Amino acid sequence: MSHAAMMSEVEEHYENPLTPGWGKLMMWIFLCSDAMSFVGLLAAYGSVRMFDPNWPVPSSKLDVPLTALNTFILICSSVTMVKALAAIKRGDRKGLTLWLWGTIAGGSTFLGIQAFEWTHLIVHEGLSIQSSLFGATFFILTGFHGCHVLSGVVYLTCIMIRGARGGYDARHHSPVEIAGLYWHFVDLIWILVFTFVYLI
Amino acid sequence: MSQDVKEHAEPNYWGVWLALLILTILELGVTKLPVPKFIEVFALCALALTKAALVAAYFMHLKFEKGALMLIVLSPLLLSAILYIGLVPDAITHIRWLPN
Repeated sequence: MSHAAMMSEVEEHYENPLTPGWGKLMMWIFLCSDAMSFVGLLAAYGSVRMFDPNWPVPSSKLDVPLTALNTFILICSSVTMVKALAAIKRGDRKGLTLWLWGTIAGGSTFLGIQAFEWTHLIVHEGLSIQSSLFGATFFILTGFHGCHVLSGVVYLTCIMIRGARGGYDARHHSPVEIAGLYWHFVDLIWILVFTFVYLI
Repeated sequence: MSQDVKEHAEPNYWGVWLALLILTILELGVTKLPVPKFIEVFALCALALTKAALVAAYFMHLKFEKGALMLIVLSPLLLSAILYIGLVPDAITHIRWLPN
C-alpha cells in the first residue's frame, strides 16, 4: 500500500474534529508556535525601546516609502496565493501554476528589496547588529522574518512544480491550502513588523 | 478531506486587498498627522491589528473554521500577552543598567 493511500485510510478512520485534514491542523499548530517566537521578539523590541530615551526616530534611519511599497508587494502576493487555491479548487491547473508564479515573484521581489535596504543600511549608514540596540533589534526582527519569506518562496516553488506536473486537482489540493496558510502568516507578521519597527 | 468546514461562497479577495491597501495608506497618513504620540501609536496599532485580522479571517479562512480551532489559534497569543506583562517589571530593572 502506498504512503498516500495509507494516509487517506488513516484520515477516513480518524476524522479530525476541528478542521478537514490533519495536515492543516498541524500547520496551524506550527504557526501558533511560530507566532509565539515573533511575539517574543516584538515584546523584547518593545521593552528595549520603551525604556531607552535615546531611541532614534525610525523614519530618520529607515526608508519608510520603499518598505511601504514592499509591504504592498507582500499583500499582493497573498491575494495571488488565495487566487491560486481558488483556481485548483475549480480544477484549473493552469490557473494554479500562473497564480503561484505571481506569488513566488512577489516573495522574491520582497527579498530583493529587503537585500537592497540592508545593503544600504550596512554600507552607507554604518548600521549593524553590533552598532546599537536599534540595529540589533532591526536586523534580528527583519532577518528572522526574511528567513520565513525565503523558506516560503522555496516551499511554494516545490508546490508549483508538483502542481505543474498534475499533482493536484479539484478534490486533492490540501498541500496548496496548507502552503497558503504559511504564506499568509508570513504576510500577517510583516504587517505587524512594518508598523512596530518602521512607523511607530 | 480538503473541503472547507462551512460551505461558503468565495470571499471577495480583491475587496480585502483594497481594504488592506487603504489601511496601509492610512497608516502612512497617520504618521504625518500633528497629533500627540500616544494617539499616533494607538491609531497605528489599531490599524495594524485590523489588517492582521483581515488577513487571518479571509486569506487564512479562519472566519469559516470551527470555533474550537479559533480558540487553539488565539490562546497562544493570550498566553504570550500574560508572559510579557509578567516579565515587564524584570525588563525595566535590567534595562536601566544598560550602557547608552
